[in-house]
Amino acid sequence: MGASGTPRPAIQVSRIRKSYGTTVAVADVSFDVREGEIFGLIGPNGAGKTTTMECVEGVRRPDAGQISILGLDPFHDVYQVQNRIGVQLQQAQLQKRIKVWEAVDLWASLYVNPVDGNRLLEQLGLADKRNALFMNLSGGQKQRLFIALALINDPEVVFLDELTTGLDPQSRRTIWELVRGIRDRGKTVLLTTHLMEEAERLCDRVAIIEHGKIIDIGSPEELVGRHCPARTVILATDNAVAEECLRAIRQVENVTRLGSGFTVQGRGDDFVTEVIQCLSENRIRVTDFRTVMPNLEDVFLELTGRSIRD
Amino acid sequence: MLRGLWKLTWPEIKIFLREPMGAFGSVLFPVLVFVIVGRFAGNRITPGNLSANGFLRVGLPVFVSVMISLSGVISLVTIMSIYREGGILKRLRATPLRPQTILTAHVLVKLALTALTMALTVLAGKRYYPAHIDCPIFGFTLALLISTWSILSIGFLIASIVPTARFAQPIGAAILYPMIGVCGLFVPVHSMPPALQAVARFLPLTYAVSLLQGIWKGEAWSAHLGDVAALVFVFVVFTALSSRVFRWE
Repeated sequence: MGASGTPRPAIQVSRIRKSYGTTVAVADVSFDVREGEIFGLIGPNGAGKTTTMECVEGVRRPDAGQISILGLDPFHDVYQVQNRIGVQLQQAQLQKRIKVWEAVDLWASLYVNPVDGNRLLEQLGLADKRNALFMNLSGGQKQRLFIALALINDPEVVFLDELTTGLDPQSRRTIWELVRGIRDRGKTVLLTTHLMEEAERLCDRVAIIEHGKIIDIGSPEELVGRHCPARTVILATDNAVAEECLRAIRQVENVTRLGSGFTVQGRGDDFVTEVIQCLSENRIRVTDFRTVMPNLEDVFLELTGRSIRD
Repeated sequence: MLRGLWKLTWPEIKIFLREPMGAFGSVLFPVLVFVIVGRFAGNRITPGNLSANGFLRVGLPVFVSVMISLSGVISLVTIMSIYREGGILKRLRATPLRPQTILTAHVLVKLALTALTMALTVLAGKRYYPAHIDCPIFGFTLALLISTWSILSIGFLIASIVPTARFAQPIGAAILYPMIGVCGLFVPVHSMPPALQAVARFLPLTYAVSLLQGIWKGEAWSAHLGDVAALVFVFVVFTALSSRVFRWE
């Protein structure tokens, strides 16, 4: 970064590599996370997201490459780093019979400057679960408790690994709200997810990772614009000349008949406007009109030739 | 270095006592066995012939103590493997807690429970045992804690290598309990066949039993420095081994 006032990245990862035996989990991964943003590592299960994240957290040591977090080395300065970061691990558990307040109390005692645990539980909607045993919490409550534990030391960087996997849509939305709140309080968030909707709604920037390599990095909109510029309009009409008019639009690439209407494909930022203009100029009566925007799911398909769900 | 040690030990004690089988299995059960066997056999003996009954006088108390110790060790093996499988160890490790603090806390929990069980057994003994027996109870408790601490290091090695939590208890029991047969508890080591004597000399439990029996009978610690040295040696070797092979996840 230049001297033009650009803040130093909160996290810098440079060409890290990690194998387990003969299995290469991370082949070559580099990225920067800016201060105050939500950065997502996205990709299918087994792509190397968790390994990458655990290397940055200092839980795992990469075979090669450099990592800097808050200007520190996560291995040499491990205890210094751990005081300034908050971690939520994928599929972690706590002791089955530990009570919620005991866990918060224990975690608070491990850090130099803990925040008020009771307030934290209130903010996360767990105040009435203070005396509940961990094993009796629902999936969403457990995840909120893990977020509470990750925030107990008022960390500068928060790591969230597959935060909402296995949760119902309602809890998922609640958790997204909480994560945005973390960012809005000025903290940096690095998260992993294989849910494209989560990445789109939550992340300022994402890195798409597959087979241990990063394929592309950018904001969700940038990635969609770069790799999936095509737009689609689906409309319903019984006007006989509609097809001809639509084909005449410059940005339109393809028109296919679909039941009582058409699917119109084209590219360019003005595509949708042009279609609307064409419809109104020719006084074509439509009974339905929808635009379909490509999303990260399509970007992934475009980049890897397969769906992220496969 | 051991920041957070007490903070971790205290909840772990509470958590353990909340386990339905935890409190009963490792605290009350040995006391119950002791009381029942004592009562059953006690009806047929009087203080007069007590000295003639070696097993009741020394064997049973030491046997119960060894059981307390071994059940503590097996419980440690089980808990460690459950914690590893559930990712609890990994989660604790991603905090400023030092790894050795996490492990030390568990050793302290087991030692505390061993002492508690011992205290309850002594109280039960005072109430139900056929005859009042004088023994150096503090010295004996200390001997038991040293023995347990030493055998716990074997537990750590077992905990390091058991593949899953489901196998932890049976494997731990299969390794530890057979030692009871050849450790001199039921048959004195010197009257065993030479082959078994050689085996006995390799078993840490032999030294634990020798120490416990001696202290119970009122012998001086100086007569058992060899036993203590052997137990410390076992601790050092097995701790070094398990620190090499211990897996956190």
